[in-house]
Amino acid sequence: MSAHSFDYLDRLEAEAIHILREVAGQFERPALLFSGGKDSIVLTRLAEKAFRPGRFPFPLVHVDTGHNFPEVLAYRDQLAAELGEKLIVRSVEDTIKRQRLREPGGKFPSRNPLQTYTLLEVIEEFEFDACIGGARRDEEKARAKERIFSVRDEFGQWDPKRQRPELWNVYNGRIQKGENVRVFPISNWTELDVWRYIQRENISLPDIYFGHERTCVVLPSGQLLGLSEHLQLDEEDEIVTRQVRFRTVGDSTCTAAVESDASTVEDIIQDLLLAKVSERGATRLDDNISEAGMEDRKRNGYF
Amino acid sequence: MDLLRFITCGSVDDGKSTLIGRLLYDSDSVSLDVLAALENRPTVQGTVDLALLTDGLRAEREQGITIDVAYKYFTTPRRKFIITDAPGHVQYTRNMVTGASNADLAIVLVDARQGVVEQTRRHTLVAALLGIRNFVLAVNKLDLVGFDQNIFEQIAADYAALTDHFQLPAATAIPLSALHGDNVVKRSNRLSWYTGPSLLEHLESVPAAVEAANAAPRFQVQYVIRPQTADLPDYRGYAGQIQSGQYRRGDRVKVLPSGLESTIEAIEVNQQEVETATAPQAVVLRLTDDVDISRGDAIIPVEHVPTLTRELEATVCWMSEQPLWPGRKLLLQHHSAVVKAAIPAILHKVNVQTFARAAADSAQLNDIVRVRIKTAVPLAVDNYHENRVTGAFILVDEQSGDTVAAGLIGAANADYFTAPVAPPVAFSI
Repeated sequence: MSAHSFDYLDRLEAEAIHILREVAGQFERPALLFSGGKDSIVLTRLAEKAFRPGRFPFPLVHVDTGHNFPEVLAYRDQLAAELGEKLIVRSVEDTIKRQRLREPGGKFPSRNPLQTYTLLEVIEEFEFDACIGGARRDEEKARAKERIFSVRDEFGQWDPKRQRPELWNVYNGRIQKGENVRVFPISNWTELDVWRYIQRENISLPDIYFGHERTCVVLPSGQLLGLSEHLQLDEEDEIVTRQVRFRTVGDSTCTAAVESDASTVEDIIQDLLLAKVSERGATRLDDNISEAGMEDRKRNGYF
Repeated sequence: MDLLRFITCGSVDDGKSTLIGRLLYDSDSVSLDVLAALENRPTVQGTVDLALLTDGLRAEREQGITIDVAYKYFTTPRRKFIITDAPGHVQYTRNMVTGASNADLAIVLVDARQGVVEQTRRHTLVAALLGIRNFVLAVNKLDLVGFDQNIFEQIAADYAALTDHFQLPAATAIPLSALHGDNVVKRSNRLSWYTGPSLLEHLESVPAAVEAANAAPRFQVQYVIRPQTADLPDYRGYAGQIQSGQYRRGDRVKVLPSGLESTIEAIEVNQQEVETATAPQAVVLRLTDDVDISRGDAIIPVEHVPTLTRELEATVCWMSEQPLWPGRKLLLQHHSAVVKAAIPAILHKVNVQTFARAAADSAQLNDIVRVRIKTAVPLAVDNYHENRVTGAFILVDEQSGDTVAAGLIGAANADYFTAPVAPPVAFSI
């Protein structure tokens, strides 16, 4: 291969593999946070490229909100089995019971903020010193500020004013006992980059990413939320059946679908090239609570 | 499609965040929902405050300044861009160094009413010190000086005198108004006397980072892959990134610091064997001999072996509130190699407005000093001006774990810019 033929995806891939290997080299007990969504699926492909023919030097860890799309759970178990890698699942349900947390009430009882409690518990249980996540800087303005190696204190807190300078591609993962590092190998990827990589690598995804018929509730914003047993609906709610797909996979009670006929990755890329609304703007109900919603959650340990 | 990483720098209130906001906005890279959130915020001018696209932290919005580096992304049909928005405030110079360390090009913003000021010099020289050779002088706020050609030309001439003086390649000067979008993405009628490209046109056509294909081959082991399974009982692969140059199957190599020699039996990329691999590819190397190699060791073709040394001279940007004093012991992280280091002497301090040297007995936050360093274990290093990857290191405080300095390795007595200007060496994207 000529030195000049590297595409930007080749470069992003090389950077991400380099970061994953730094995690393996610098930490004793890392983990890969795996939600079954496209970003964490891409991370597993990158980990294969980084560590095969060896095993991954970390388990996959799923923080299960209990509000999942069933297709995603099936995909999660199948992928872990195919990879032959260890999967650890810890549930928000158990954390709620153990810590006597209040279940979010309301019509759309998202457990998204409660994930942080379970995440901090699982970090403590296994003494993880590094947690690899699929967050991208293009997702949100506070995330745009985050380092690739992001040090968190023993309470999981992020302090944006005290971040370590991150120079060249030299990553400093030194921490004190109790602290951990959140590592984001695909920080520099955009939503479109992720899809182009999925296309190039021919990566399979849970079906919910592709257009399918689903019964949905129409929200006052016009967004469509997949019907599930967790929603508290009343008589006035409009229920419709539409051809939809999901741009992102999260807690099903706060992750909206978009109307789409896209049945292939190519179709989705075409959709995205025309999309006028951002990934989180289109799909997340919980980021818009306040202007600093994401920053505040990250300060408290959210990944 | 290729990739260009650039940094924006300049003084506080020169409009860096507004310029980036304008680049994103006029290139249709801002989503409607993000824009709607901005439109809900009142501004003095009664227009959308594009700076808010990059100032992502609560404290930044409250104070109206950029505190920390932000990364933004946009793509045109011709190129993908990664923007590093670095703060202009003196207090945050270490963040500017952070941003410059990963950039191929620097946009230096100047307020047309102020001209070249102290921070212009400071940021230009810091960016140049970090190896950037591609500069754009963006003369901003021309709307506030009546789009006056003479003012623009005077500032461009002042800046050319600066780059000439320090033997830097000439900058491309572009007159613009970030607030109103003149010459940022589209050429402006109000600047009809200017015949050059708009800022975006220039960014799309300027050569991207030249690959280090011709630079000396460098590779450091990040991780040893040893499955020890029934199928692969003896497999031992050295995983890492080609830092510069090219590796070939069959290359006779030396392992540093041990000095053991072997031959490259295979180069694997995603488990496929390849004949050659080039920076910045991530690979696995297998050698013909079972030599003892661990993380941090360098594997280098015998004819290109770099200096192996326990004594370095380096330029260091000090980034900690705790000063550096001679005799201090720290950790030196040279990519995957981490070694104990001591700094027996601070040779001089560098004035980043003039590059004049002055005696110094300590380094304070944001100081740039020349130091001597002794390491516990020999390191395989290059001079930074020859190799931006293997000439770079960081210093880490062993107790706190904090990164306290960025270091650029240089041979004794080498002047800052008198060495021949090498093409920028590729590093991790």
